Amino acid sequence: MSHSSVDHHRLRLVVRYTLLSLIALMFIFPLVFMLVSSLKPDHQLLADTASLRAFLPVGDISLSNYDKAFERAPIFLFMFNSLLVTAVTVVLSLLLCSMAGFSFVYLNWRGKQLAFSIILATLIVPFETIAIPMLLMVSKLPWLGLEGLTWGWLNTYRVQIVPFIADGLTIFLFTQYFKDLPRELIEAARVEGSSWWQVYWRIVMPLSGPVIATAAILKFLVMYNQYLWPIMVTQQEQYRPVLVGLQYFFQLNTAWGEVMAYLTLITMPVLAFYLVLQRAFIASIASTGVKG
Amino acid sequence: MQKNSSSLTQHNRSGWLFALPGFGLMMLFIVVPFVFAIVFSMTNQRLISPNPTQFVGFENYRQLLSVNLLVLDPVSTETGELKQNTDGTLTYPRIRTFTRNNPNYPHLQGMKEWFSWQWQDKQVAILASDPVFMKAVVNTFLFVMVVAPLQGAFALALALLINQRLKGINVYRAIYFMPVVVSIVVVSILWRFIYDGQNGLLNNLLHSVSFGHLAPVDWLGNPDTALGSIMAMSIWQAVGFHMVIWLSGLQTISPTLYEAAKIEGASGWQTFRYVTWPGLKNTAVLVLIVITMQAFALFAQIDVMTNGGPLDSTQTIVFQAVERGYGKQDISGGSAISVVLFVIVLSISLLQRHFTREKK
Amino acid sequence: MKTKIMKNVLLASTIPLLSLGSINGFAATELSLWYHGAGNPVEAKIIDQIVGDFNASQSNWKVALQSFPQESYNDSVIAAALAGNLPDILDVDGPVMPNWAWAGYLQPLNINSAAIEDFLPGTKGYWDGQLYSLGLWDAAVAMITRKSTLVEANIRIPTLAQPWTLTEFNAALATLKQTGKYDYPFDPGLAWKGEWFPYAFSPFLQSFGGDIIDRESYQTAEGVLNGDEAIAFGEWWQMLFQKGYSPGNSQDSADRETGLVEGKYAIQWNGNWTALNMLKAFGDDVLFLPAPDFGHGPKIGAASWQFGVSASTSYPQGAADFIQFATQDRYMTAFSDAIGLIPPTKTAAAASEHYRQGAPMATFFELSAQQAVLRPVTPGYVVAAKVFEKALADIADGADVVDTLDNAADEINQDIRRNLGYGH
Repeated sequence: MSHSSVDHHRLRLVVRYTLLSLIALMFIFPLVFMLVSSLKPDHQLLADTASLRAFLPVGDISLSNYDKAFERAPIFLFMFNSLLVTAVTVVLSLLLCSMAGFSFVYLNWRGKQLAFSIILATLIVPFETIAIPMLLMVSKLPWLGLEGLTWGWLNTYRVQIVPFIADGLTIFLFTQYFKDLPRELIEAARVEGSSWWQVYWRIVMPLSGPVIATAAILKFLVMYNQYLWPIMVTQQEQYRPVLVGLQYFFQLNTAWGEVMAYLTLITMPVLAFYLVLQRAFIASIASTGVKG
Repeated sequence: MQKNSSSLTQHNRSGWLFALPGFGLMMLFIVVPFVFAIVFSMTNQRLISPNPTQFVGFENYRQLLSVNLLVLDPVSTETGELKQNTDGTLTYPRIRTFTRNNPNYPHLQGMKEWFSWQWQDKQVAILASDPVFMKAVVNTFLFVMVVAPLQGAFALALALLINQRLKGINVYRAIYFMPVVVSIVVVSILWRFIYDGQNGLLNNLLHSVSFGHLAPVDWLGNPDTALGSIMAMSIWQAVGFHMVIWLSGLQTISPTLYEAAKIEGASGWQTFRYVTWPGLKNTAVLVLIVITMQAFALFAQIDVMTNGGPLDSTQTIVFQAVERGYGKQDISGGSAISVVLFVIVLSISLLQRHFTREKK
Repeated sequence: MKTKIMKNVLLASTIPLLSLGSINGFAATELSLWYHGAGNPVEAKIIDQIVGDFNASQSNWKVALQSFPQESYNDSVIAAALAGNLPDILDVDGPVMPNWAWAGYLQPLNINSAAIEDFLPGTKGYWDGQLYSLGLWDAAVAMITRKSTLVEANIRIPTLAQPWTLTEFNAALATLKQTGKYDYPFDPGLAWKGEWFPYAFSPFLQSFGGDIIDRESYQTAEGVLNGDEAIAFGEWWQMLFQKGYSPGNSQDSADRETGLVEGKYAIQWNGNWTALNMLKAFGDDVLFLPAPDFGHGPKIGAASWQFGVSASTSYPQGAADFIQFATQDRYMTAFSDAIGLIPPTKTAAAASEHYRQGAPMATFFELSAQQAVLRPVTPGYVVAAKVFEKALADIADGADVVDTLDNAADEINQDIRRNLGYGH
């Protein structure tokens, strides 16, 4: 009997892994296509889309598309710009949005209802629809920097960062998560005389690993994939991000191999970011035993 | 907002200090530009123009939203009989004879057919002054109604599947998440290869699976399949993201509850129904709202893959707003669309809240 | 981590300061130049050389180049103009020029008209009686096919003097379709969205006798875009797709690029910029043929990218000097040799590799000189072009021809009214 239960267990494992793998196949095939295509010369790449060869690194395989892509555009510059803008925005966003979320869930203040309603309402405003008024505005905003007071934010990093630090979704994400945290911990800390900042920084944030990871990933994706806004506000190559760089590859006769190489290159940092966060994410699961 | 927070005392100063940095930025960079958009929508403001801007009231909205009804009698012959086509159908006068420079129908001037149907021997036509926008509204709703529940459900299924202790589960988790990592613009470019009507990957796959019985479909070029194809791709692309949100919700459920359920001998379904699902309530609200918002904002896929075609079958509200505001330099018309979208979604969420409240 | 980022931010923000300082060391006044060629190394090399030569040739001005990817160039310029951030010199797509001039982005170009007398008409941008922009090249479109294809199917090879007629062309398509050798006999190129539609196809409409807009008044499209001639064009256009002669809107852009070479298409409507590739693929067998005569003479589109001076510059003379310097024969020849563009003058053409007398692409120069028509010269063109594109796409997808053209005419008229006649 114990023998058959071991068999049964094994069978279930096989079924599970098969299911997991089949689903995995569904999610990964376009990306395999992208990676494999980046190694092929254009004529072969296009001919191969008609068969399973599209997913196999066969035929005339080389890295020459990558060489040519680097010649066509300053790829490292674009990646540096995107990563810089993204990193600064993510860090500031996590801080300010979690603070706001904390305030909405744990603190009582006049105007809170209204403020929260406004934040929820902003979720309905797609960025595309306010881009022009925003452009008119940022082109006249003041800034106090090393050079003293200047007017107009065009062609800077800050114009790509500051408008996107706070958003309704991230704040909402934090409020939904904070609501599930045990209130007793906070009330106990307050009774012991902790300030609200201490409660936020020492108790609530350390418990918020999963939501921080989720919010960070979301923000990272949004920022790394910025496109419309940088086109409007960066007239100098020096500040352009990766998706504007993608435009360099769509010429009259598009070199698809180079496009695929570029896509592969710009996808790597995001994937790496997720894999790193996933580990943090898993680690934080272990610490959630306190909740309930 | 929090009912039980009334147990806490007022903390106006701390509350504002915590909320102000984020809230202030949002006011400046979302609310203020949106107020500008509302103002634009009441003027004849162009994106670029030397002409002075004038206040036009609700003219842009009237132009966008006017609908009218036209009932047509079939054409009869001189003897008074109804004229029939060879296949027995009746003929009707062309709608353009009523809507273009017809002094008897001044209220229909410039309107176009949105859709029409047969009613007894008459043809009933719904006219709109902007049928493309009307189609965009319908398509957007279709998209939301299909994508929101499917994406949410698939994401939850994936989250449950991936939330087990199995060797190598992290690898699968990462793979399921991969499409999210790739920009939607990039994904749309890749999927054009997949959906290609001639030698696309999907057609080739179907061809070999069916041993050559399925004829190739021009997925994005056929009005019947284009929107569906974009829905499928959108679900595929974002499902991994919502899986992660569900996962972070799953992790807030105490393991002790599961142990208790196990001790009481609950089945898998019962555990889900009475332990997991109740613990996911806040997450479910979040996922639903996020998906709905994203679905209403459908734009990039359309812009890269179909441009709203074929025959307007993939027009969407945001695509129309952008197409008008930037493409046709009509920033006032584009802004009016944005405001209409805002009002639509706001009413839906208020309704939603109203109904969920009554249930309590 | 955080401090590192801060360091980079500081570093990055000091770079422009430093470079500004170094420029101030020279006496020359800096002129900024925007160009749409980012990502195209061959073009970049020539434009860099022009800028370098100009800067070395005199000491008053120093031109600084900023390149943009073509796909988003117009969006970038409009955004910059809205924000009051235009450069001194910028390039502009010919048909868009009146829109920017009318909106006050450009100022008239101070170049003596005698100096550019022998330029191809498509390279000179006139609006409201004044020269606003000038191009280093023109582009032309032709029916590209192989001699062997036509000979085999027993189809007459048309000439500039005697192009195909409508009936002849339709018959040729039917014949080629019957051979069964090609997926589609004729590829007009619907994969290329945007400006390609009005550029490539509105000359067909004009050859039928219609137009996008009435060019007498520029105040209405009624009767020209939806008149009998236009309807005849629309029905012919729809027929191309209904009979399976042409690939429709969902044509893959890769097929557009390789379809003719791979033998999927028999005839392709394509520009001189692909001619080099075709020559490479087919050698002597390639044919660049004139557009069919659909009743009102064979016509192709004219005007490509041109240079203009922004309205906000304080140095219009320096800007005009640069443009005049750039439009020397040797640079026009260089562009032509490198990417196959048509040189604007006979002398530049004579010096060029592909367009000198007897050279394989000389046809294009003649096409451009004899058959080229400008797209409607009006600020309203930008919107009209969009409307036209959608109408043609819808008709190709099977929409009712008459209704679609009526709606398009209405929309164009409404736009003209809302813009108070666009200053005509």
